[in-house]
Amino acid sequence: MNAPERPREKTRFDTIGKPRRRVDGRAKAIGEARFADDLVLPRMLHAKLARSPHPHAIIESIDTTRARAHRGVHLVLTGAEFPVPYGIMPVSQDEYPLARERVRHVGDPVAAVIAVDEQTATEALQLIDVKYRPLPTIASPEEALANPEPRIHDYGERGNIHRNQSYEFGDVEEALAQSDHVFEDLFFYEGNTHLPIEQQASLASVEGDGKLLLATSTQNPHYLHRQLARVLQMPAARIRVIATPNGGGFGGKCDPANHEFVVSKAALMLGRPVKICLTREEVFYQHRGRHPVLMKFRTGVTQDGRLTATHLQTLLDGGAYGSHGPASTFYTGVLTPVTYELPRFKFEACRVFTNKPACGPKRGHGTPQPRFGQEVQLDKIAERLGLDPAEMRLKMVTKPGSLTASWLRIGSTGLAECIRKVVEMSGWKERRGRLGSGRGLGLACSSYMCGAGVSIYWNKLPHSAVQLLLDRSGQVTVYCGATELGQGSDDVLAALTAEALGIDPGNVRCVTGDTGITPIDLGSYSSRVTIMMGNAALQAAGRVRELLAAAAAEALDTLPDRVVFSQDRVFAADDAGKTMSFIEAIAAAEAKFGTLAAVGSYAPPKPPGKYKGAGVGPSPAYSFTACVVETEVDPHTGWVTVPKIWIAHDIGRALNPVLARGQVIGDVYMGLGEALMEEQAFRRLPPKLSSALVHRNPSMLDYKSPTSLDMPEVEVALIEDPDPNCPYGAKEVGQGPLLPVMPALANAIHDAVGVRIDEVPITPEKVLRALEKREKGEAPRVGPESFPPVPYPQPIFVLPPWEGGDGNELKGREGRRAA
Amino acid sequence: MSAVPDRVHLRLVVNGEDTPVSFAPYKTLLEVLREDLGLTGTKHGCELGECGACAVLIDGEPVLSCLELAVQCEGRDIQTIEGLAKGTELHPLQAAFADLGGSQCGYCTSGMVMTAKALLDKESAPSRERIKEALSGNLCRCTGYQQIWESVEEAARVMREAKP
Repeated sequence: MNAPERPREKTRFDTIGKPRRRVDGRAKAIGEARFADDLVLPRMLHAKLARSPHPHAIIESIDTTRARAHRGVHLVLTGAEFPVPYGIMPVSQDEYPLARERVRHVGDPVAAVIAVDEQTATEALQLIDVKYRPLPTIASPEEALANPEPRIHDYGERGNIHRNQSYEFGDVEEALAQSDHVFEDLFFYEGNTHLPIEQQASLASVEGDGKLLLATSTQNPHYLHRQLARVLQMPAARIRVIATPNGGGFGGKCDPANHEFVVSKAALMLGRPVKICLTREEVFYQHRGRHPVLMKFRTGVTQDGRLTATHLQTLLDGGAYGSHGPASTFYTGVLTPVTYELPRFKFEACRVFTNKPACGPKRGHGTPQPRFGQEVQLDKIAERLGLDPAEMRLKMVTKPGSLTASWLRIGSTGLAECIRKVVEMSGWKERRGRLGSGRGLGLACSSYMCGAGVSIYWNKLPHSAVQLLLDRSGQVTVYCGATELGQGSDDVLAALTAEALGIDPGNVRCVTGDTGITPIDLGSYSSRVTIMMGNAALQAAGRVRELLAAAAAEALDTLPDRVVFSQDRVFAADDAGKTMSFIEAIAAAEAKFGTLAAVGSYAPPKPPGKYKGAGVGPSPAYSFTACVVETEVDPHTGWVTVPKIWIAHDIGRALNPVLARGQVIGDVYMGLGEALMEEQAFRRLPPKLSSALVHRNPSMLDYKSPTSLDMPEVEVALIEDPDPNCPYGAKEVGQGPLLPVMPALANAIHDAVGVRIDEVPITPEKVLRALEKREKGEAPRVGPESFPPVPYPQPIFVLPPWEGGDGNELKGREGRRAA
Repeated sequence: MSAVPDRVHLRLVVNGEDTPVSFAPYKTLLEVLREDLGLTGTKHGCELGECGACAVLIDGEPVLSCLELAVQCEGRDIQTIEGLAKGTELHPLQAAFADLGGSQCGYCTSGMVMTAKALLDKESAPSRERIKEALSGNLCRCTGYQQIWESVEEAARVMREAKP
């Protein structure tokens, strides 16, 4: 036996790091996992939503008389029943469950029918008479900036600008002026959507004790719980939200959604269970997906390719509602200085409202867009300076423990190792530029946070909490509000608890995502669950372990700190013959201390930055990724084929390598879809058909996503450099590996055929257009040609750590002069 | 024109069991399985034949149950995910999907497994290209498909070895 270990310092593992069947694997393989739409209750009714056919209109009247009289209809709801607005962020409470005075996009819900079955409810929708007065429609950010009236919302910065912000970390113009070269590039990243295979569904009911129960496909039961209390004007303690296993989330089930309020209200009014399941078309209207972002990068470099400063401007098409928009706006910039050393950084961002379904968080939240821009620009810089893109990046990766110009604390980093690994795996040095006509390799890197350092609503409370209960039957039950989306959070919870207690993870029962039973976890977003829930679980397990060790030490005639837990047994460290089963240890501890339970909680470290807005970007740790994509481009059709992708991800430690690898490949898949084909795009109908701004492809057939035949082989390397802030060193893996895929593909296309596509998705049509431009002797580039004038505000000026700053903004005249 | 009845009553053969059921005649096989027979292991992602989540086997062939009227299925051999395990013993495909990452959120899994079963029932050692082709009508948003291919390959190996 080795010396007894403390959970965080443990280096030899029974469970961690070993490939294992996930704890929910069996249920999913046999069809027994219960998703929201699989739930059925006696006397259950069904809801359907009436949605606006207009992109922007005043609701003049709604007559529900005929719908209410329809046979089988129990209730018809309109905005009149919902006077209180909601929104995921405290600063953007701009949605109503059913529109009250105005609709803001095609698909905005205006009324709901609750009936005996879906068929009857659908029939009754046709009997609702809504009189609309159409308003002018804002279709794009350019239109939003040019048309302050009519305002889509009566709040925000001004006109149709929702958020507008500016930060400068050190004098960027000075640094650019002193640079050997300054590169200026425009990029555009089209919006796209999550497309979870599960359509959102919810079942609301009134429990026997009179309390509301909502079982729903949500990633964030805690935030939904708070918003339900607000909108329904009920004490939160009388509401219970159960997050059913999500059939994929990817950020699309983070926002509280109209239908969740509607079925809750209806169940409370009728005293009967009410269920809804959105159609696929409705899922496209619920959206909250990737923001379309126009970007301008001005970057200074030295002759040997080191960054001196970047001035980044972004313009986000937010759609019709706030959603996570204030955070999304920040995220189009704040992580830019994390990947490479960047001495000075200026970041201006503006989000506008348009009459389209609201954008929000999708895997990578706001970060894939600027990563695309920065990594493609770096490729252009390397080309111009005659440098190897991999070598150039290797020289400027951020250092462990360092601060960025914007005062983010980098913890551990394995980026250099990731770059070396993909260079080696892909044969980069031998193969790049030598693959022959039409074939190429491209490289890109990225970093991502392991959980947002600050909660969505301001508070000083833990971000995650875990309760652990043991009893003499050997049962170990772990409770946490975290939500299983498929990413494997239940498996992480079981594995960490099991490892800390030296038991088989199969002996741990996970109870998760239930606000009526489980302690609060903020939700499955921002790649926070492994780190925050995991640290809380290790604290709880450590506390229980102390009780078990004290009791076992007496029985084994040793000292408590000489007790070892392993393989469902408890041993004396110095004499493996002195041993008892884990169940016996529980009984001994229960006899000595009473019922065995413990709680653990976690809050991230205080961020070093103190300026206004410093709360977005800090994280307990950052993950890093490097990726090489190989392409073949058909010069006659512009068709891009991807034969292979190599990716190395600095995960800190892989808790279950099967799941970790699955997350990485899933990230690559989703990134490749965004890079090649996925777009949530809109078009105006002709005037004779109302001129409405409609979704171009609200179906899974028309919204193209990669199939099994489109997906290349992916070779994954997991780089394990344990981070001290993370449970057994484990960092995130759910989002980071998506980020380098799109730029690596764009760079590979350039290597293959010498054209630059500065715009995502990179469709064959765009590649062909660029090839034709080259034929004509024009610049072989397709991408945005101009950046509209945006009235960005005066920047908040902060000195970087190495320029004598204290993490605060310079105030008053000093700050204005510096800016 | 004869009146359409409110409900029809007929017998389906589901997972080898003779199953009497009555339902509204407009219902798809998907709806009857999920709503009238409580077999919610079969999922839906579009109800337009686009995603493959609702795939079941009819007479051994993978079929999108959202496009099949239940009244047309009388007397045909319908297999769903619920019928795959032998008691508590998982089918090799189910075990492989659970062990090798073939299933993440699990929502496409039933359709994926049933489609793969139709393939392996015909071909004991399909190439990866054959597997990719056979599963190309089943969308998955989590896995990037690779661990699904690996799961099918592993199941095929186990099934070959189990044969005398």
